[in-house]
This record gives sequence, structure tokens and C-alpha cells, in this order.
Amino acid sequence: MIFQPAIIALLLASLVSAALLAGAAPYALEIIRFWDLRSGSERQLALERRTYLLSTVASFVFATQVVALLLFVFNADRMAAMIVGAMCAVGTLSVNNFGFPALISQIVLFFAAVCWLIINHVDERSPDYPLLRTKYVLLLLLLPLVLVMAALQFRFFLGIKADVITSCCGSLFSEENEKLGGALASVPVRPAMIGFYSTLALAILAPLYYRWRGTGAYVVAALSALAFVAAIVGILSFLSLYIYEHPNHHCPFCVLKPEYGYGGYWLYLPLFSATAAGLGIGALQPFAARPGLSERVPRLSRRLAGFAAGMFLLFALIASVMIARSRLVLLG
Amino acid sequence: MKIWIEKQKYLIDYTLASLARRKVKNAGLLVVYSVLVFVLASVMLFTHALRHEARTVLEGAPEVVLQRMVAGRHDLIPPGYLERLGRIRGVQSQEGRLWGYYYDSVVKANYTFMAPNTEAEAIAPGNIVVGPAMARVRGLAAGDVLTLRAYTGKLTRFTVARILPQDSELVSADLVLMSSDDFRSFFDMPAGHFTDIALRVANPQEVRNVAAKLAAQFPDSRPILREEILRTYESIFNWREGIVLLLSSLAVLAFVIFAWDKASGLAADEKREIGILKAIGWETGDVIRMKFWEAALISVFAFLIGYLAAYVHVFHLASALFAPVLKGWAVLYPRFKLSPVIDGLQVATLFFFTVFPYAAATLVPIWRAAITDPDAVMR
Repeated sequence: MIFQPAIIALLLASLVSAALLAGAAPYALEIIRFWDLRSGSERQLALERRTYLLSTVASFVFATQVVALLLFVFNADRMAAMIVGAMCAVGTLSVNNFGFPALISQIVLFFAAVCWLIINHVDERSPDYPLLRTKYVLLLLLLPLVLVMAALQFRFFLGIKADVITSCCGSLFSEENEKLGGALASVPVRPAMIGFYSTLALAILAPLYYRWRGTGAYVVAALSALAFVAAIVGILSFLSLYIYEHPNHHCPFCVLKPEYGYGGYWLYLPLFSATAAGLGIGALQPFAARPGLSERVPRLSRRLAGFAAGMFLLFALIASVMIARSRLVLLG
Repeated sequence: MKIWIEKQKYLIDYTLASLARRKVKNAGLLVVYSVLVFVLASVMLFTHALRHEARTVLEGAPEVVLQRMVAGRHDLIPPGYLERLGRIRGVQSQEGRLWGYYYDSVVKANYTFMAPNTEAEAIAPGNIVVGPAMARVRGLAAGDVLTLRAYTGKLTRFTVARILPQDSELVSADLVLMSSDDFRSFFDMPAGHFTDIALRVANPQEVRNVAAKLAAQFPDSRPILREEILRTYESIFNWREGIVLLLSSLAVLAFVIFAWDKASGLAADEKREIGILKAIGWETGDVIRMKFWEAALISVFAFLIGYLAAYVHVFHLASALFAPVLKGWAVLYPRFKLSPVIDGLQVATLFFFTVFPYAAATLVPIWRAAITDPDAVMR
């Protein structure tokens, strides 16, 4: 293991998160089983008090995980300097078999955490806790994910050996590579570009339409997820080439480096927040028809839709500016 | 949204007033919190500045250095090696270097002797240029004469041509520069021999290939890569930083207990205050939010105070408190001033080390305080 402050901090964060959530789980179960708002029993009063603690703990854990994703990527990029053969985060993450699974679980957890926080927000704003059971069931469902993420992170960080030669992004995302990374990198430029912009356009228009007419929430969520995939494919297949001004460099992580002005953060922050907001609209939709929520949910969803559209637009604009400013000519 | 912001504004307003009402208690917490941030931030800023310094220093170093080995020990490069090297694709330039160490029994320290290759730095025979730390220890100034005992046993007189500038002290503290002829005769080194060979490689991705070719062509030599040196430095500094942080984790733990205690041991008047708030219509959620703002405000202040103090400590007071652990020591230790660098990853890490444990520790006590029944405390 490499003894690195950021690693210690990340491990601390996931350990505390896992412990807090695991500690909260029995109480969540109790609330799911015995919650009855109409009852005035002593147990119900205790549960009502406890739910404040549980939702605070869970909000704290999930907010931590949202920040931890950023720290994880930041740290992986920085650690490349210490690992033989690594030029960027890719090298760090492929130093053993747990790097990419850890990253992916962290990303999945990020989106799940944001959805949970949105549902929690709605629930706390309503006087009669309409989503209480749902949110604790979700919390119990998310607990294994947090545990898996923490375990993967531990395996990854404890298994890092500085003398293992890892592969650099050049080999993982090269067109000759047969695996997923290579396959995505070798998507031809013109179709990828068309797919990229058309999906993004849909992902911008759908939330705007939702804001206007109030229908199509699931479409918005699906298109957001699709736009996320299309954006990643676009970054791999052509956007990276424009940024690096190099016809064969397909890495989605090198953009995070200072050499490229930390441009990656400008791309990924809007992309991730837009996708999270879009998914949040879908996560809220099942409850839109519930009595007491028929006004609150659409109002919040409209706001989220505006945010998602804005962020996708920002992402598309930043990507376009990067392409326009590049001196590389791919389509000529 | 506007209502929400207004609400938070009133909450913050109330919280600030309530914090000010209990000045002593909160000031105590703030001081302890700031000291913790200060200690951790000092360590981080200092090691990061050292790392930064190492990186800048090595920027000018040759990408590959070839050393000849005899029975696993570093030996001189014999004549003919430079020619045998010939042209390796990707190598911009190659040169034999002359350098070594000299133990001065007067000050009981090692000097680094070096003969610069470039014309611009050429030094006239009989002259030397010395580093600032050595000049300090031996009390030298430009024009002085320094007598050193050569390896042949002969006492050799050198005139100090000039002292190297102070700002290069980190790398030149114990440096002595002389002409290559002087160097050879001083160390009794035959002509045509070199200490090692430095190679310049323009493309960083070629460096490993060049090293592989060198290893194949000269089985008795070892190539040393600049990136390897950098990586070693990086690991060493990270490791030292990690050790110090791990030791300070005891302090973090103590702080967590302290924070927990402070947050749960509510004074009677605080309890009454919460009771009154609830009696006049505050909900449990509001009290939690108010307490959250309290924790956030204290954290932000402590973080800022601690971080600023650490910045001053490291970059203006030469990190007097931690330097012995983090720097190491030597007789001719360079005096150097670190250039201030702040790193985003570090700030984020520091945040996780301080604010995160604090928040985690105060969650339950805050909740405990918030659920108090108004009638129970006001009675």
C-alpha cells in the first residue's frame, strides 16, 4: 500500500460511511415495520424522533460519497506519478483488478446517493412523511452498495504496489484494444459526433418540454442516462482527440491533468450534475400521483429539469468550445 | 428557492447570535479545532512544497544517467564508452560527467565536487565556485584561498572565484565547482574516465526504450531514469506525510471525542433555549438545521484560521515546529525558503481529515439536543 494522505482520508470516509449506514440499518428496519403515523403510541413517538437522526445520518453519508467521488478521481490522477508506467488516472486504476470496479461503484453510488437525497428532500418538506417507508427501503438497498464500494476501495488501495508496471491510457483506450475501452475509442468520428450532439440535444429538449408541459418524466431520466453514455463515448471517441490535439490519444482521464488546464473538471462536473438531476426526476416520478405530493413533486421536478437542461447545455457548449479551439482537424 | 434562502439566512443570523452568547465555550472549541487544522495543514503544506521543489529541481536533470557497476558498486566510466554508445535513436545529447564527494575533516562534512561541462560555466584552473552552506561553514568569501588535501596527499590551493547564489541553496548547499583538469588531478583520476554519462531524451515515452537499449548494450552498467528518481521522491514525501498524519490521527480522535463531548454536554440554559424555541413553534428539523449551521460556521472559521496560520508557519516561519521530522538533517544542511504552493487535492484531503470527523462526531449529539421535549426542559 502506498501511504498517501488522500488515501487515508478516502478510506476513513468510506469506513465511517459504511459504519454509520450499517448502524442505521436496524433502526430503518424498525421504522419500515412499525411506522404508523395515525398511532399515538410510545413506539411511534420514538420512531418519529429517530427518523430525524436516520435521515440526517443518511444525508450526511450520501453527501460525503458525492464529494468522495471527486476526491477519488482527483487522487487517482495524482497518484500516477508514483506508479511505474502510469501517465494518468488510468494507470493508477489498472494497477490491480479493483481500481476500475471501485471507480464504477463509486459513480453508481454517486447517482444513487443524489436520487436518495432528492427523495429525502421531498419527504422532509412534507408534513406527513409520505415517502418515509420508501426512503428507508431505498436506504437498506443502498447499504450493500456502500459496503461493496468500501470493500472495493480497501482492496484497491491496500493492493497498490508501486513496482507493478501498469498500462498507460495509450494502451487501454487504443483502437487496437479489443476490450470495451478500445471498442469505444474506435467508434468512428462522424457517427459518434452525430450521436453525441443529437442525444445531448434531446437531453436538453426533453427536460425543457417537461418543464413546460409537465409530462415525460421517465423519458427525461432515460434520455439523461443515454446522454451520459453518449457523452462518455463522445469524449472517448473524438472529444479527447480534439483536446489533446493528437489523432490517437483517446484517454478520458488525461483531461483532468493541469497540462490541459484541468479541462476535465469543466466537462465532468456539468455532465455528472446534469445526469444526476435528470435521473432524480425519474426517481421522483413514481410518487408524483401520491396525495399530498401532487404539487410538491412536480414543482421540484420542474426545477430539476431546468437545472438538468442548463447543465447539459453547458456541457455541450464547453465541449464545442474545446473542439472549436483545437488545432486538430478530424473532419475535413 | 427564495424562501429557502431567506430561511437559511435567518437561521444563520440566529446561530451567530447564539454562538456569541456562549463565547467562552465556543471559543474553546474553535481554538482546539483551529490548532488541529493548523497541525495537519502545516504538515501537508510543507511536504507538498518540498515535493514541488523536488520536481522543479529535477526538471533540469538529464532524463537518463548511465552508471557503470563493478561487482554491484558504482565505478568510473572507462574511456571508449561514450564512443561505443554511438547513436541511440531518441537521444538528443550525451555527455560524460565528472562529480564526486569529498570528506572535509575540518567541518566533518561531505562536499559534492563537480566539474561543469558547459562552456558558459567553465571555471579557470585553480579556481573554485562554492555553495552557500559550505561558504557559511568555512567562512569563505570570493577571493579567499581554500587549501584542501587531494587524494594524492598533496595540499592543493584553490581560489574562491565566487559563491553560488542563495536561492539555489536547496541543491547547491555543499557544492564545489572546479575545472575538469583540476577535478581529475585532485582525485587522481586518469584522463578519459568519467563518473557517469548523462543522456537527454526529448520524448518522455522513449525514455524506457532508451534505458532498455542501454541495458542491453552495456550489461555492466545501470541506467537511472529521472522519472524513477521523481517517483521515489514523491513516494518518500507521501510516506513521511502519511506517517505524520497517522500519528496525528490520535489527535483527530481526541478531537472527535472532545467535539462529541462538547456537543452532547448541553448546558441547562442551552437546553432551555431549545425548549423555548420548540415551544414557540420550531420543529425538530429546524433545530437540527440550526445546529448544523452552528457546526458549519465553526468548521469554516476553524478551517480558515488553521489553514492561514499553517500557511504563515510554513512559508514565513520556515515551519519551525515540524521541520526536524520532515526535512531530515545534515551538517551542511541547506537553508532554503519554500515557494508557496497550494494544492486542491490537499485542501480536499485536509477537509476530510478535520471537518468530516467533526461532523460525524456531532451528528448524534445534535439530534439528541434537537429532540428534547419543551416541557421537560422548561419545567
